[in-house]
Parts: sequence; structure tokens; C-alpha cells
Amino acid sequence: MLRTAEVDDLSARAMAAFRDRAEEAGLVDVAYATIDSPLGELLVAGTRRGLVRISFPTEEHGLVVEELATTVSPRILEAPARLDDVRRELDEYFDGERTRFDVALDMQLTHGFTRKVLRVTSRIPFGSVSTYKDVARRAGNDRAYRAAGNALGANPIPIVVPCHRVLHADGGLGGYGGGLDVKRFLLHLEHAID
Amino acid sequence: MQEQRGPVYRLLLAMVGPHGADDCFQETFLSALRAYPRLPAGSNVRGWVMTIATRKAFDHLRGQKRRAVPVSELPEVPVTDPESNGEPELWNAVRSLPPRQRAAVVHRYVFDMTYEDVGRALGCSEEAARANAYEGRRRLKKLLEVSG
Repeated sequence: MLRTAEVDDLSARAMAAFRDRAEEAGLVDVAYATIDSPLGELLVAGTRRGLVRISFPTEEHGLVVEELATTVSPRILEAPARLDDVRRELDEYFDGERTRFDVALDMQLTHGFTRKVLRVTSRIPFGSVSTYKDVARRAGNDRAYRAAGNALGANPIPIVVPCHRVLHADGGLGGYGGGLDVKRFLLHLEHAID
Repeated sequence: MQEQRGPVYRLLLAMVGPHGADDCFQETFLSALRAYPRLPAGSNVRGWVMTIATRKAFDHLRGQKRRAVPVSELPEVPVTDPESNGEPELWNAVRSLPPRQRAAVVHRYVFDMTYEDVGRALGCSEEAARANAYEGRRRLKKLLEVSG
């Protein structure tokens, strides 16, 4: 039979054609793609409603895809074209040319207080920072700053929902899902810290 | 599911040849994607997708027969390019077998599947799968002896 490399090549092309047809037929509920960034390879996923997930290189991409298949829809497919807008906006952001994301968001992976906290967080503008306490207060419970911290840690769409802009009241960085180096990097990029 | 693309493509190449493989491949994954939400958790995804591919190959071969293109008008299509290390006579011989024997032979001898799984893929009993593989193999031997 054919050599492995040839089969790989032919089947990759057939797979691409299948993806186009699956998209046309409306069979893809969740599209995902990997995007190169200064932070490494990001996995981004979107539904018809909008961007639903961004994961850092520290997370196992295969597991994230499986998790999306379970929590959102098993009709999940690598379909980079559907995430072109996200890719472009992230590229511009990392190039320092974009200070606000315009892509639609699908917040279905968040609920209750977490969703409130993230909604408040998404209003913190580029270049400024807030505190856990302040975010908790704006989300409707000013004593729940620990819960607010947990909510931010559970942010399914980091970077675009800028949980990195939330710090401790004393100026300490607090925590970050992608690691504190990433948080520092993003805040530097936005000239929010020295 | 997408991890199965290599085995599925290989199966279809052996079953329907390079011209039909692409279309059958796309049809296989479209059907799989449609049905995937109903697949019970923990199922053998590979076996399942291979079964769908086998059915698609049967459909394709049936359609070909219905279209009844005279064999002499079909262009000679080499299975492999001249540089590849394949065995064109063998694969041409495989594709001259009746569909069920062809499927049984490919599943059993290319993919090393158990007769139970071959039966599942072909939609027949384990015994029927064994018989088809046996008969297919016997014919292949004969074909290859005559031509080689």
C-alpha cells in the first residue's frame, strides 16, 4: 500500500474537505484552533454564539478539547477558519495595536457569581487594574473577595476577559491560571505595571 | 475521532481505490459527526468509525455497479506512484475481490482485527466474516499465482 507519509498527506487533504462540508452542513457546534502567541500556543474555541474558551500552553490541549466535548457539545472539530477573527484580534493585541476585543463571547461555561465577576472584569479597561475586593463589590457582594478570586481563576476566556487586570489591594499580583509570569507579561504589555 | 483519519483512509484506499477514497472518507466523517452525540461514552471510537467507513465503501461499490461503466473504459489507475514501495499487483488483486471478501481481507490482514470485530464492521456474524476472509484469501492467492 502507500507509504505512511503519503496516506498522511492524502488523508489530511480529505480531512480538510470534510471540515468544509461539515461546516456547510451546520454540523460543527464547537470549532477550535491553535494560535501562536508570545505566550506559546493558545487553544481557542468558539460556538456560533462566540468565543467560548482560550487555554494556555500549560493546559493539555487534548484534555481541553475533551472537556469542551463533554461540557459544550461533542460536535467539536478543528476548524481554524471560524476563529480567524479571534486570531486577528489576538495578534493585534500582542502587537500592541489593539486595546479592546470586539469578538462576541459565549459565557456558557460560567454561572452565577462567577459570571457576574467576569462580566465586571471585562469592563476593566486596557492599561488599568482593579482589586479582588472591588470586583467582588461590583459583582454584588463586597465581602466575597475570595470567591471573586476563585471566579477569576475559573475564567474560561483569559486575556480577552482580562482577569489579569485584577490584583491584590496592596499591589501584590495575586494568582493567575496561566502562571504569574504570564500575568506580569500581559500587564507589562498593557503598560499597567512597570 | 479525527485521530482515525489515517486508518480510515487506508481502509478506503484498499476498498475503493484512490478515486473513491476521498469522497467515501468525507461521507464517513460526516456520518460520524452526525451520529457522534449518540455514541455511548467509552465506546470503541476506532471500531465504530471503521464500521461506518466500511458501509460507505459498500455503498460506493454498489453505486459504481449501478452506474455500470464498462470495465474496458475505466482508465488504468496505478494504486501507487512508481516510487512508492507499495505492491500494486496485490492491491489491484484485492480490489478485484467481491466487496464483502475484500472488506473481510482488508480488516483482517491489514488491520489485524479479530473476526468478531470484522463481523461487526461488515454487519455479519463472526462465522460469515471468517468465511469471507478465507474465501477472499484463497482467491487472492489464485489471482496472484496466475498473474505473477
